[in-house]
Amino acid sequence: MRTGGWFALALAAFAAMLGAVDSGFAVHMGIVCAVGLLLAILTMRGADYAGLARGMLKMPADQGKYDDDPVRWGVIATVFWGLAGFLVGLVIAFQLAFPALNLGLEYTSFGRMRPLHTSAVIFAFGGNALIATSFYVVQRTCRARLAFPSMARFVFWGYQLFIVLAATGYLMGITEGKEYAEPEWYVDLWLTVVWVWYLLVFGGTILKRSEPHIYVANWFYLAFIITIAMLHIVNNLSMPVSLLGSKSYSAFAGVQDALTQWWYGHNAVGFFLTAGFLAMMYYFVPKQAERPVYSYRLSIIHFWSLIFLYIWAGPHHLHYTALPDWAQTLGMVFSVMLWMPSWGGMINGLMTLNGAWDKIRTDPIIRMMVMALAFYGMSTFEGPLMSIKAVNSLSHYTDWTIGHVHSGALGWNGMITFACLYYMTPRLWGRERLYSLRLVNWHFWLATLGIVLYASSMWVAGIMQGLMWREYGADGYLVYAFSEVVTAMFPMYLIRGAGGLLYLAGAIIMAWNIGKTIAGSKLREEKPMHDAAFDPAADKPLLAAQPV
Amino acid sequence: MSYNALRHFADSWGLVFMALTYILLIGWHFLPHGRHASKRAATMIFEPDTEKTEADHG
Repeated sequence: MRTGGWFALALAAFAAMLGAVDSGFAVHMGIVCAVGLLLAILTMRGADYAGLARGMLKMPADQGKYDDDPVRWGVIATVFWGLAGFLVGLVIAFQLAFPALNLGLEYTSFGRMRPLHTSAVIFAFGGNALIATSFYVVQRTCRARLAFPSMARFVFWGYQLFIVLAATGYLMGITEGKEYAEPEWYVDLWLTVVWVWYLLVFGGTILKRSEPHIYVANWFYLAFIITIAMLHIVNNLSMPVSLLGSKSYSAFAGVQDALTQWWYGHNAVGFFLTAGFLAMMYYFVPKQAERPVYSYRLSIIHFWSLIFLYIWAGPHHLHYTALPDWAQTLGMVFSVMLWMPSWGGMINGLMTLNGAWDKIRTDPIIRMMVMALAFYGMSTFEGPLMSIKAVNSLSHYTDWTIGHVHSGALGWNGMITFACLYYMTPRLWGRERLYSLRLVNWHFWLATLGIVLYASSMWVAGIMQGLMWREYGADGYLVYAFSEVVTAMFPMYLIRGAGGLLYLAGAIIMAWNIGKTIAGSKLREEKPMHDAAFDPAADKPLLAAQPV
Repeated sequence: MSYNALRHFADSWGLVFMALTYILLIGWHFLPHGRHASKRAATMIFEPDTEKTEADHG
């Protein structure tokens, strides 16, 4: 019966492939057809392929009431997509310095590789990290097994199919042209289905919890899931030209379209890259530090302030455009107000280490978390600054924006994700500890140095670029031609590329370390760095002197 | 509702409603019962599970 269903799906996709009006749509339907056939064959043969894969990847048998297989898959996918996304980012960084690296092919041109990079790191790397950690955290904080286990697996694999369709689409030139929302209508519909199921699995687990209180991390995860669903659906309202073709047109036009897009775009930052990753922070930082969060009440202020403020900040992407002035000002004011709760959250995370600051010296995972929080603070200070109209008139359209985004993405999202992967992997595979803590330390320094090179070179490049663009001579003409600005940025592009190389090198070390941990290799013999020691008797918080 | 009416509603009663909701949601946790509840919630993630749920490996 199920075999038949998959086979019917494959046939339908095959028919759509034959009737496709453009080649990109045909390729995508071919992929869907192949997936359908594969699933049909797998279900027909009836073998326990999930079990085989579990054996190959040394996943321990289910030990208790937590359903961790989707989380293990998510850890592997996060590492894989991270490497892919960072590598593509490195390539396009050097394409800007050396245009010959575009290779003269449409498929490898910067314009198609850039969305591949942004989607790979945000949605593939970040998204898998969010799905995996949310399934991990929600079970442990609710003391309940995942609701709807088969749906959880569908969410994971369905999300991977979304990534593959989106990524291949970009290279073939299939795009809606909306930043961070490039996939076309049918891929958007597929993601909507996956996302609704994700909400049902996550929400269902919360509903069947055996712990009366819903821990604050779950609030952040839930806000992330619900808001992304809303943003995704509204921003992608569009009319396909043909049901058998990839092209569609947006339901909005002109400045309405632009505002909808940046309402989406900025809240993707606010709820995907901030709320979701803050959820990771509010669970994994206390766990790794072995102390409760500094102030639970502050975390609640943090939560509601982000919810109430973030949603209005989008118009700051449209300063000095056709958008009405009052809307621009509104976006700017709310962005500046966001600075306060963001720093409240950063302080809350950092002060969780109050009384255990030595862990920064002894525990490289804590070190990563602290660096992540520091970058969360820095980029949430820089963001409001750049949203101020006077600053924005200099910074907008320059590489300063790129530097800002990467200090947030590499520093905050990347570092907190690495730390969570390092925390979860030994626990998920039942290992005593990671293969090597020294390698975590190497990863930390390579990544940090990479970010420093990246952010500083892009500040210089961006501000220089902005100043050169607006430089008027005494005769009233612009002093610099655009090409002169591009030439002047060449050294900064090289430094940025070097920073990216270091960051990728750190990620490769992580892949090696996590791979060896999963494989169950003998722990690397090395001078100890002191991981958070596990002492069941002492595994309770110091209750005194904790403001709550 | 015309654009103009919506716009004026948004920056008068709409704004008041939003601000009150915000204060209510946060103020709730600062009521007397909140201190204990917050402490309990913050330390809840360290409480051992009653039944065995995962291997002990720190």
